[in-house]
Formats: sequence, C-alpha cells, structure tokens
Amino acid sequence: MPDLSVNIAGLHFKNPVTTASGTFGYGDEFLEFIDLGRLGGIFVKAVTGKNRDGNAYPRMAETPAGMLNSVGLQNKGVDHFCREIYPRIQDFKTNIIVNVSGSTVEEYVEVAERINELEKVPGIELNISCPNVKLGGMAFGTVPAMATEVTAEVRKVYKKVLMVKLSPNVTSITDLAKAVVDGGADAVTLINTLLGMAIDAERRRPVLSTITGGLSGPAIKPVALRMVWQVHKAVNVPIVGLGGIMNATDAIEFILAGATAIQVGTANFIDPEVSVKIADDIEAYLVRHRIGAVSELIGALRTE
Amino acid sequence: MELKKVVRDLKVVQTIHLNRRHFILELLAPDKLPLILPGQFSQALVTGSPSTFLRRPFSIHSVDYGRNTLRLLVQIKGEGTRHLSLLKAGDTLNLIYPLGNSFSLPATKDVLLVGGGCGVAPLLFLAQFLNQNNIHPTILLGFRTSEEVSEIEEYSKYGKVLVTTDDGTAGEKGLVVDHPVLQRESIPFKKIFCCGPDAMMKAIARMAWMHKTDCEVSLENTMACGFGVCLCCVTPTDKGNERVCMEGPVFNINRLKWR
Repeated sequence: MPDLSVNIAGLHFKNPVTTASGTFGYGDEFLEFIDLGRLGGIFVKAVTGKNRDGNAYPRMAETPAGMLNSVGLQNKGVDHFCREIYPRIQDFKTNIIVNVSGSTVEEYVEVAERINELEKVPGIELNISCPNVKLGGMAFGTVPAMATEVTAEVRKVYKKVLMVKLSPNVTSITDLAKAVVDGGADAVTLINTLLGMAIDAERRRPVLSTITGGLSGPAIKPVALRMVWQVHKAVNVPIVGLGGIMNATDAIEFILAGATAIQVGTANFIDPEVSVKIADDIEAYLVRHRIGAVSELIGALRTE
Repeated sequence: MELKKVVRDLKVVQTIHLNRRHFILELLAPDKLPLILPGQFSQALVTGSPSTFLRRPFSIHSVDYGRNTLRLLVQIKGEGTRHLSLLKAGDTLNLIYPLGNSFSLPATKDVLLVGGGCGVAPLLFLAQFLNQNNIHPTILLGFRTSEEVSEIEEYSKYGKVLVTTDDGTAGEKGLVVDHPVLQRESIPFKKIFCCGPDAMMKAIARMAWMHKTDCEVSLENTMACGFGVCLCCVTPTDKGNERVCMEGPVFNINRLKWR
C-alpha cells in the first residue's frame, strides 16, 4: 500500500485530495454521496465578516469545457458560521479549512481572528482572489504590496496554518506568491478563477448579471498547471493546486508540477463522488508505477 | 423508503418522440428506486457532446415503482438535449436524483394544475400523486400548437383536462391564463400548482392573488450542480437569495418577490 499522506506546514493530510471552496458547500451537502473521511481535507465556502446576499441572477454561464460564475461570496457571515455551521461540521473526519474573505484588511483580520478560536479548524485559506466582488477580493490579490499587507495583518492574529489563494489574473503569478510568503503565508493555493465573459448574441446582452465572471473547469487547466510550475520554482512553501481537475491523471499532473495537495472544484458539480474516486485512482497510479509515496511525485516533473 | 440523493447509471427502456421538440426517456433504475416526490428533479449527464459540460436538469415526469422505472419529459433546446434525444433502448444515462423539494399535499380537493410547454413535465407525476390521495384535479395545459399537444390520455386518467394553444389549433385559443375556467368572477379552485415559462407563472400568480387562492410554482433556473453547493440558481425570496435546487424548485408564490 503506497503512502498517500502529505504535509502542509505541519498539518497532516491523509491524502492530497481536497475540495475547492465554493464548490463543496460546507461539506454536509455531500454526506449523501461520499464518506468525507476519505478526503485529505475540505475547503468550505467563503466566510466574510457580515452577511452577503451575493450577486443577482443569472450567476452562471456554461462555456466550452468549463463554466463562468458570478456568485459573489454569498454567505451569512462569520457569526452565523461559528454559531450554526461549525457545530454541525466540526466532527468530520477530515481537515476542515475555512476560506476567509473580505472587503477590507480589517474584515479579513476580524474573520481570521474568529476562525482562529475554532478548535477543530486547523487552517484558513485567505481568499484574495475572488473576481466577483466590487471591493476587496481580487484587488488584494493583484497588487503585491496589498497582498503582503493583508497576509501580514492576518498572520498577526492567526496562529494555525495560513494559506493564501492566489488570482491568475496577474502578469506575474510568482510576484504575488513571493508577496504573500513575505507576509507570512505557510502555503499558497492556486489558481482561483480566470476573469471571463459570456455574451448572448441573440439578445445582444451579457449572460451574467455582473457582465464578467470567473472561469473554471478543464478550460483553465493548462494555465493553472503553468502557474503551479512557475510558483513551485519561485517559492519554498507548499502549493495547493487547482484548476480544472476532473480525474486522478489531472491531479497527478498538478503534483508533478509542484503541488503538495490538490483541490477538486468544478468537477464536484458534475459528479459529487469524483473527489473520492480521484483519491482511489491516485493510489492505483502509485501502485502501477511502483512509487512508495505520493510525496515523491511533488515537483518531480522530468524536464531534461 | 427514505429521501436520499443517489448517482446512478439508468438503462434506457424506450425513447418516445412526442413531436419534433419533445421526447420522453423511460429509464430503468439498477437498484430499488428511492422515494421520489412530485416536483423533484434529476440531473442528467450528457456524454458524447463536447460542448455540453454541465449536467442538464429535468423534472421527474412519472414514476413506476412496480417496474422500477421513471420517465423524463425533455424539450430539445440545444446540443445537450439534442444528444439525449438520440438515446435508444439499452443505452445508459447517468442521473443524480431525486433533487429539490416537492409540491405540497393540499388540504382541499378543489385543485388546479397549470402547465405550459415543457413545464407540464412534473404535473403528470403530481396528478398521479394527488389521485393516490383521492384528489382529482383540473389540469390546464398550454401548448404552442396542436402538433405539440401530447399525452392528454395520460393526464385524463387523473383529472379533467383543459387545453389551450397559442394558435387555437387545439382547445381554447390563447394563453392558459385566458382560459374561460379562469375568466370568472370567482374561480372554483382553492389550490393551484403551476409550472411553465416565467411569464406564464407570473400571470397565474397575479390571477391567484386576485382570487386569494393559494398557489405553488415550480421554478426553472440555470444551475451547475443541482444539489445546493454552486449557489448559481438562486431566486430572491422573503428569506433572501434562496437556491432553486434545494429550497425549491417549488415555492409558494407568497414567498417570491413577484408582486
């Protein structure tokens, strides 16, 4: 039996398969489909300081090999999360990582401070890359100085594993990765969605209420792989890789490019059981290639 | 039987082409069907169509627990549904089901079902369910034209059927809301269930409010997942943006921001 476990800043993952924030609810929506204990971790829906209603409908457009969304961080705020949601998910037998979002540095800090108190949440993922909100979100993820500042301020109050989720909507992803590592990030997650747009030619109108939205799915996989590879060469912290992962082969590609763990995102919408299948199939790959531990594959791309 | 969502490969028993735009898929489940309630829907995986990335949502049209089959009524709208229309007996279709909430069991026997276009899909199952509870509803169905009028004999097993067509080639000419049965000072219904295009459901809702008649509608929004996690299919309600796939698709009109 190969060893599937990986380690991110001291946090043990039983396997490298986790689920992406915004595609997995709070995990309990999947209890009817899979055993969450089979996953390395789950990244739950973004939590902000106050209730957010999200954007107007329509929020989704199907695209070739992917989809655009403009949900806009709909959630009921950190109080509601701590009071109503945490108690019902805290005993899941997997790492529960909370995606933390905000419009101001103060809001990120406030939410991180509250999540820090939750005993059974071993880490947060700072979302400085949501393309679908007017204030904050991606703004923090596209300017290196702002990325360093928000990470450093959160680092002061957050004592457990701090990951930062990066936006691909930048000229140099490595500059942003270095910026958040400078701010004290333990790990980086990449990539969030690519800013995109869909038009209904018959009606001569945008498909999304927000005109632009975030592109996800296999369409973005080559971009994501390239960015994971570049960041792997540029910084010394673990990478959680995502972007169009539909199966174990995709997942292994990300690990070879330098990811320590991977997130399954949009694929969950098409097959709610896919994350567990990916974990099983990674194990089968290791057996087939006589590799003793998945950690041997991290960044093991042969380039000579 | 418990209410549980499952992902299953179902076998196509037959594909019944009703007319150029509509067909029925009869599907055999590989294991005992879970409890399915009228108004619930399924998410079908389309294979072999590169431009179809996401599943396609379809109401459950009818359920036969004895034969362990269910039927979907599908309107050909684009590439995904066109591919599904090519399925033949023996083919496999992967479904996630049953999804969403359901129509409620009314406390009255004076019930009207109103459907338009492909929105008639959940009403056959609802009519069956009402019959099992000794309710024989009036069933008002709107179609574009006589060629699209279908399954009237099926609906007639469960209640009195009234038909409208846009062009008057069958039944009354005009929209469902213009049917004489609704153009009275007081209508003989205490509960209305409606499913169809938005404009039709809103017109029925206005009529229901005018007559102070309780009314539930089944909404259709574009959705990615169908089981509550993508938050794409929301509709504004008295409780904020709610998910059509989870808190719906059936809503009482008083909960929607339609007034």
